[in-house]
Amino acid sequence: MGAVRETVDQVSSVASDKYKYGFVTDIETELAPKGLNEDIIRFISAKKEEPEWMLEWRLKAYRRWLEMDEPKWAMVNYPDIDFQDAYYYAAPKSNQERPKSLDEVDPELLKTYEKLGIPLSEQKMLAGVAVDAVFDSVSVATTFKAKLEEAGVIFCPISEALKSHPDLVKKYLGTVVPYSDNFYATLNSAVFSDGSFVYIPEGVRCPMELSTYFRINQAQTGQFERTLIIADKGSYVSYLEGCTAPMRDENQLHAAVVELVALEDAEIKYSTVQNWYPGDENGVGGIYNFVTKRGDCRERNAKISWTQVETGSAVTWKYPSCILRGDNTTGEFYSIAIANNYQQADTGTKMIHLGKNTSSRIISKGISAGKAQNTYRGLVSMHTKSKGARNYTQCDSLLIGDECGAHTVPYIESKNPSAIVEHEATTSKISEDQLFYCQQRGIDEEEAVALIVNGFCREVLQQLPMEFAVEAQKLVGISLEGSVG
Amino acid sequence: MLEIKNLQAAVDGKQILKGVNLTINAGEVHAIMGPNGSGKSTLSYVLSGRDGYEITEGDILYKGESIVEQSPDERAASGMFLAFQYPLEIPGVPTMTFLRTALNAQRRARGEKELDAVKFLKLVRGKAKELQIKEEMLKRPLNVGFSGGEKKRNEVLQMSLFEPTLAILDETDSGLDIDALKIVSDGVNMLRSPERAMLVITHYQRLLDYIVPDQVHVLADGQIVRSGGKELAKELEDSGYGAIVPNAA
Repeated sequence: MGAVRETVDQVSSVASDKYKYGFVTDIETELAPKGLNEDIIRFISAKKEEPEWMLEWRLKAYRRWLEMDEPKWAMVNYPDIDFQDAYYYAAPKSNQERPKSLDEVDPELLKTYEKLGIPLSEQKMLAGVAVDAVFDSVSVATTFKAKLEEAGVIFCPISEALKSHPDLVKKYLGTVVPYSDNFYATLNSAVFSDGSFVYIPEGVRCPMELSTYFRINQAQTGQFERTLIIADKGSYVSYLEGCTAPMRDENQLHAAVVELVALEDAEIKYSTVQNWYPGDENGVGGIYNFVTKRGDCRERNAKISWTQVETGSAVTWKYPSCILRGDNTTGEFYSIAIANNYQQADTGTKMIHLGKNTSSRIISKGISAGKAQNTYRGLVSMHTKSKGARNYTQCDSLLIGDECGAHTVPYIESKNPSAIVEHEATTSKISEDQLFYCQQRGIDEEEAVALIVNGFCREVLQQLPMEFAVEAQKLVGISLEGSVG
Repeated sequence: MLEIKNLQAAVDGKQILKGVNLTINAGEVHAIMGPNGSGKSTLSYVLSGRDGYEITEGDILYKGESIVEQSPDERAASGMFLAFQYPLEIPGVPTMTFLRTALNAQRRARGEKELDAVKFLKLVRGKAKELQIKEEMLKRPLNVGFSGGEKKRNEVLQMSLFEPTLAILDETDSGLDIDALKIVSDGVNMLRSPERAMLVITHYQRLLDYIVPDQVHVLADGQIVRSGGKELAKELEDSGYGAIVPNAA
């Protein structure tokens, strides 16, 4: 259909430059000195004019991090990272005084987002999506603030929330992903520079989709954003996240943390289209995407749903998870992970069933092409009090070519005899017969692959909000360009 | 319309076609019969340009031009259609989506305007109705869970939608009971026209009771060993391939 046609247009338009987001914006940047130590953390905290408790929390995390080791259990290989050889703070200079309105934002920055297909000026915006744009370490613009405020929704950079709503931040920050959680989350806790903060008050259905676009621009910087979303009793929010970076032959680290808190009867839907630079076809460059995402269904009847389309990054290490604490809570994880050329992805989810009658659903679609390795790693854990808990897991892998790998590593722990856990898995290949059939009907090889893969991912693509579904379908086609023939 | 000249072709280095000569004019229906392993399916794949089927000698002229260098999708866009013996399944892709993607890809390749969703829907509904295909079938993923009859009817629907000038039917009767065979044959007969040539490949004579050919050819060991009118099929049915083809089982 139309989307497939667009896929092909997109593929041809990027034929000479496979990753169309690979440009660099020439903009004056303020950098903290290279390296990581307590002074750098104090510098970041001072730049953000943070309250004292925030600095203390960061330092606690940093001291903890010094004693931790990098996790090595994932099925990914990459050279050791020199954490002293990177910048931990980069901000567009013109933004030092955070602009009060879009008119004050550096036009170069606005151009960057326009190139990415994300117009920030509100009249041009797709109706119904509010955007927060994070450029290197800082948030540069948030749209539709006034309209959201009318509904009582708080949607702002977390650095701003620390000033305007410090009590809310203090109450929830680190309650889902504690500062000591894991190596990368702890590093993030020490040095996070910005990210989005969302609070949906009791009984409010957020009037529009909320969206954050992350952009790494500066060379040799890591990006450490932190997102905190709280849905108060009976509220609903749908949140979208997109990410891109310039093409560089160095590897850059992205270690984000996302925490979601859903209170009684609340629902959070979190969608990601991850398109960080994946490196070139020889595996040079690309982003290391080491991310901790976790949602807490803290009270009864809460629901958290993760949907991710992972097409970018050289190495991905990411397990968006749900803690099903309240009774009758629901967790969902819908994932498409595409790895082409030398990309490596180790991704999946954890569903931790603590409460009674909790239910979770996992649909994972992994696609491997080129020399890529793609691993689904998941944990379904039924705790002793999770009477009547249920899980359904489906893991499908699709292979293109014969030099790639697909791996499925499901862990199941059941401590409650009434819990029901179901797991289904399939592995298939795009067959030459299927390709020839499509070609005989006039569909060329590249379009045929896009069509077949989109069919394979359909269940997950359907979960995405409309604007993202089209983008995701295109991405699927582009990411697999050159994978056949 | 189609002129096959001394066509020789190999698969994995093994010579299958050993000099096929055949001319089909617009409006004609030709049947190719032959024992198993005679090269019938290979001929259909070579004509439609499948990868791995290497032409070692000879030429294929379609509408007066050699097409041996063209990819399968280019041949499809210029009006060549192959109805598969075993149509393929594509999970998750609704039949309707597949049909529209294919039709618009062909139109694009010919420099024609693509059909929008409304026009396409109108067109496909009309065609489906003619072939007694329920719209519900078009919403299901392509060929997934279809019965043998449904798959073949879907092939005929595509043929009717793409309006090819040369249609090759590869063992269209296989897997069909007699009722389904009749429906499919009626569909094919509806598509007979003075502008269209057809090549019907079959092992059994019974299909030719329904799709009556102008000419019948017997393919054996990679060559056409005999040609004749529709009565040749009858003769084969009575005496078997053994009478015509040396060493036929």
